[in-house]
Amino acid sequence: MSVTEMFSYIQGFLSADQDIREDIRKVVQGLEQTAREILTVLQSVHQPTGFKDIPSKCLKARELFCTVRNHTGELKTKFPVEQYYRYHELWRFVLQRLAFLAAFVVYLESEALVTREEVAKILAIEVDREKGFHLDVEDYLAGVLILASELSRLAVNSVTAGDYGRPLRISNFINELDSGFRLLNLKNDPLRKRYDGLKYDVKKIEEVVYDLSIRGLAKEQEAGEEK
Amino acid sequence: MSKREDEGCARKRRTEAGQRSEDCMNPNSVVISAFKVFQQELDTRYDKYERLVKISRDVTIESKRTIFLLHRVASVPDVEEILNEAEVKLDGVRQKIGQIAEELRGEDLHQFHRAFTPGIQEYVEAVSFHHFIRHRSLISLEEINARLVFIRDNNKAVGEGTFSSPCVLTFQITPTDYLLGVADLTGELMRMCISSVGNGDMDTPFQLSGFLRQIHDGFSLIGNTGPYEVSKKLHALRQSLGKVEDACYTLRVRGSEIPKHMLADVFSSRAAHIDPDDAMA
Repeated sequence: MSVTEMFSYIQGFLSADQDIREDIRKVVQGLEQTAREILTVLQSVHQPTGFKDIPSKCLKARELFCTVRNHTGELKTKFPVEQYYRYHELWRFVLQRLAFLAAFVVYLESEALVTREEVAKILAIEVDREKGFHLDVEDYLAGVLILASELSRLAVNSVTAGDYGRPLRISNFINELDSGFRLLNLKNDPLRKRYDGLKYDVKKIEEVVYDLSIRGLAKEQEAGEEK
Repeated sequence: MSKREDEGCARKRRTEAGQRSEDCMNPNSVVISAFKVFQQELDTRYDKYERLVKISRDVTIESKRTIFLLHRVASVPDVEEILNEAEVKLDGVRQKIGQIAEELRGEDLHQFHRAFTPGIQEYVEAVSFHHFIRHRSLISLEEINARLVFIRDNNKAVGEGTFSSPCVLTFQITPTDYLLGVADLTGELMRMCISSVGNGDMDTPFQLSGFLRQIHDGFSLIGNTGPYEVSKKLHALRQSLGKVEDACYTLRVRGSEIPKHMLADVFSSRAAHIDPDDAMA
């Protein structure tokens, strides 16, 4: 094989690779668009008016996840499945956002941490690498960490809206999350960087809880609920 | 000072909150058990990555040594002997790549690609340099990959011995790694050209300049479709080519005027130590 032949073979390989990337990028753009729409719907829970109809917001978000499922279905067809990690960077960001959004919806509905299986189900993808397009565990964890900072914001806003019970529940949830993350031996990578931000979210929520308890507002709420 | 106070407060508050949420802190909680699974999964993955980095480093070192060995062909009478010695070294490197292939069995090659790409590029450089010295041509990607087939017998491959048939492992070098390795090769060829001039070899520089020009043209064909690293290496490649072309120019213009044994001074090469007998031969 001559040098020229060799190089034109590689050139062919590279341009085929670029075509695939172009296709993936198009689908990912659609995904990002839908993710932004879902985020807009869910953001309204921070408004004082939004607190009253959280369930309807969640329903609306769930509807939008149907579009997401269409997109992920399309994405799967764009490249050979065993080359997932070759193109991983292209959808990593949006997949983390979507994991966060799914986790947020599930938290608002049931105040529980979404499992990785549930996220995969909401996005219509797999958990195991062997079975096809899957949710990488690091992406799932990154999504959960985004949720933590969103919840610290929600704790502040729920106090403003007069819901004094929620920050306590969020505090419990975040503390549990924190002890979960402390089990992991993260190395120096983006996930670790994001995890380092978790302690500030924990701190912020604890401050909110402190403010409430020092004023007896938390107890008042509990008493109100008992009646 | 205020910081420390702050921390103290935070700790106190944490215990306060901790009491409240003690029931969900217990090890049986769903969240904790889920994270234990993640811990295992991540640890396994990171361990594998570290092992691969280590093997890759060994591959790099051994390949570099092979290249140094191959550079001696210019000044030694028995080329074949060195080539055979290099072949033995390369076999050792291939064994290490076999370990990489074993680590990657059942995994996605691209997931751990960053761990071993430096080693693989260095190997491509060494093996293509070896091939060039022997055959004066560019080794193809298929030829390299064809030699990276490993047969593992069952007792070595699986501890439990559940598989009874020997299995075949292959390692596929990606075209990008190949391309980057070949780009590195040009630097070695340039060094070889200069040192062979130092030894009074009049043919090799011309062969090399032709070969380098072909490679350069090949890279121009790829242009900016390739990854970012390629365009960076292209710059170094141009410099190497320039040096070789200058050397050939000088040889052509002044080669007939200067006695062969003085060419070394003309190029003021580092490998200026020449055996006068050898140069005259």
